[in-house]
Amino acid sequence: MSPALQGLITIIIGVGGCVAYFYFSNLFLDKVLYPPSGPNAGRNINRANMIRPWLFLAPAMIALSVYLAYPVVETLRLSLTQRVPGGGYQWVGFDNYIKMSGEPKFWEALRNNMLWLIVVPAMSTAFGLLAAQLSDRIRWGNLAKSLIFMPMAISFVGAAVIWKLVYDTRPADQEQIGIMNAVWLAFEGGPVSVLFLKILPVLGLLGFAAAVGMVAWVFVRPMLRPSGPVGAGTIPLRLLVGAAAVWLIYMSLRSAIGLIGADLPYGVPQTWLTIPFWNSFFLMIVLVWIQTGFAMVILSAALRGVPEDTIEAAIVDGANPFQIFFKIKVPQIMGTIVVVWTTITIVVLKVFDIVFAMSNGQWETQVLANYMYDKLFRANDWGVGSAAAMVIMLLVTPILIWNVYNARKEMR
Amino acid sequence: MNNVVGTKSSLTWAVHISMAVLVALWLFPTLGLFVSSFRTADQIATSGWWSALSTQERQAPAIRVGGDEVEVDGRFVIEGRLFRATDAKVSAWGTTSTQPEANEPGAVAELADGVTLSVAEDGAYVLSSPVSTEGTRLPRIFSTAATPPEFTFDNYRAILFEPSNTDGMSRAFFNTLTVTIPATIIPIVIAAFAAYALAWMDFPGRALLIAAVVGLLVVPLQLALIPLLKLHNEVGIGKGYLGTWLAHTGFGLPLAIYLLRNYMVGLPRDIIECAKVDGASDFQIFTKIILPLSFPALASFAIFQFLWTWNDLLVSLVFLIDSSGQTTVMTKQIVELLGTRGGNWEILATAAFISIAVPLLVFFAMQKYLVRGLLAGSVK
Repeated sequence: MSPALQGLITIIIGVGGCVAYFYFSNLFLDKVLYPPSGPNAGRNINRANMIRPWLFLAPAMIALSVYLAYPVVETLRLSLTQRVPGGGYQWVGFDNYIKMSGEPKFWEALRNNMLWLIVVPAMSTAFGLLAAQLSDRIRWGNLAKSLIFMPMAISFVGAAVIWKLVYDTRPADQEQIGIMNAVWLAFEGGPVSVLFLKILPVLGLLGFAAAVGMVAWVFVRPMLRPSGPVGAGTIPLRLLVGAAAVWLIYMSLRSAIGLIGADLPYGVPQTWLTIPFWNSFFLMIVLVWIQTGFAMVILSAALRGVPEDTIEAAIVDGANPFQIFFKIKVPQIMGTIVVVWTTITIVVLKVFDIVFAMSNGQWETQVLANYMYDKLFRANDWGVGSAAAMVIMLLVTPILIWNVYNARKEMR
Repeated sequence: MNNVVGTKSSLTWAVHISMAVLVALWLFPTLGLFVSSFRTADQIATSGWWSALSTQERQAPAIRVGGDEVEVDGRFVIEGRLFRATDAKVSAWGTTSTQPEANEPGAVAELADGVTLSVAEDGAYVLSSPVSTEGTRLPRIFSTAATPPEFTFDNYRAILFEPSNTDGMSRAFFNTLTVTIPATIIPIVIAAFAAYALAWMDFPGRALLIAAVVGLLVVPLQLALIPLLKLHNEVGIGKGYLGTWLAHTGFGLPLAIYLLRNYMVGLPRDIIECAKVDGASDFQIFTKIILPLSFPALASFAIFQFLWTWNDLLVSLVFLIDSSGQTTVMTKQIVELLGTRGGNWEILATAAFISIAVPLLVFFAMQKYLVRGLLAGSVK
């Protein structure tokens, strides 16, 4: 049988089965179990109406509990056990976690994941905000938005191929077909190269460090005032942000100094994906490229929702476009920016395909999801693999709690 | 928006230029792949895709003289052409690999035994010999030529329509389709009923269930891999389409229920109450009123789920693809090609573009619903 025909038949059976379940279960409830007629008509209708919601919910609840809720518990259990040769499991307590924390690859994955967690949401949101603001003001804005949004439809694997072509390397005596190397070879060490490859990136890094410092200051400052309006519950969060900021500033200053002193290998084609530390950034660019469209669409809608009169008032008061953007618009859409940020954060935590397809975690580009896949399906070590999965879950949990808290608040 | 008080912003040009740069940056990588998929392997290997539209001067691979021998004035002559394209321009040629640019176009080179060879500027060559060259090894011609841009569909033909091609995508294409369509429709059906119950039916524990759905929205599917694979093996489903559909259904449900419930709650209460007064049952209200009215939300989710299942690698890798290789999907096929055909960009680019084309079509055709769904789906 041809795969197409086989597919078609299975589609009909699968979808038909679903529809049939709902139709016949309702029919059964109304016609056989509690028919709304006869001596007990009223009682029957009430009973049927009590059961019906669960009839409607049953498939969804079963699927959700089997495919999402149960695995969380089961993974937790697996992470605390070990397979015994010959079948069966043995309780080992935290041994898997201890074993995992002894592996340098795990710490590499965790460190890279932290970098991803900061760089990708930050850059996607920043570019998205820029694109949203710019495209709202020009006539071909909608076309521009479509084109920036387009990578959303492209699979991570497709994106990996697209960017592998960008990063492609040929031997020095052949013509380069990857655009990165073609641009790189155009720099020959003159003043233009110094401007583009040293001065501008260093300024960018310093600007980034300054921005991080500002954000951290906003978070940390309330704690320094003795009687500031600080809720005790936010102190860990504030300390966390502060610590992350210190690390980021340290990293960016170190990179800046390293870049100034670096002797760049002009004229030599680079294999971009094998340069330790920086290659992670080349992989991150792929996800930023994909996620910017998402950020742009959401932020663009939010920007349009900013009340016109606040902007008019600012113009009347003589604010320039930059002030209007940073002091009027951005504060008013802060809530949406947080939503975009957290959504992209979740995507980043699960990122697997890009690393799997482009470098497979070699050359120090490992991330948690790919580390977990390695452990589960290559090393066949379910205990450590599950422990790695639990680490991902742990990182997602704050966002999960925050979302549930907000959803409940909204419903009241 | 800055025009509100009648002053045109002086930044307009800066805005146009920065937006154009941004769009170009975002479009360039995809464009590169697209252009590459229409070039021949030779072209891709010797020049960047950005020069695809310009005439390129490069050294062509050696071509051995061949063709029918004709006797003209006592000499044996073979005539032929180096290139299929008629507008190629030869700038230099030679007969040895050590001196590939020894002769000008139009010059006559004396080879051994009185054999002469000349190559004209347009690639036509004439080999002339005092004795018949039949059965002997004819010389090779090395040429440096400027060839005009050339685009071809051969890559697509080879990858889509040659059943014997192991790099082919046709089987993977249908497998992907087989995974995608039920995995898109089944969650919609299940979620629509559940969303209706959560939005419009009263029962104890409703708020708790909604909170649970919101919580499950962010659970990483990585956690589900091992437990579910174990479960599938125990139940007897093993690796196959059924397990993949069920997995996709489970992973897609939270978003589906969340999106649809939010939309259905916003539908006007009057319509539903009127229908109830008129004696419609819940099932009738759902199928006759709610479903048609919820079309935009259904479409949004359908697009999400379609893109997600079509583009998925991890779920197929774990739940579908077995060692037989019969059930490979396109994403897996591409990863495989990246490993085995890393440098053959004509194969890679074409395969990748085939897998990208369908989502792109869906994207541009239904962008409105996608945007609407995104706006409703990001947890506020």
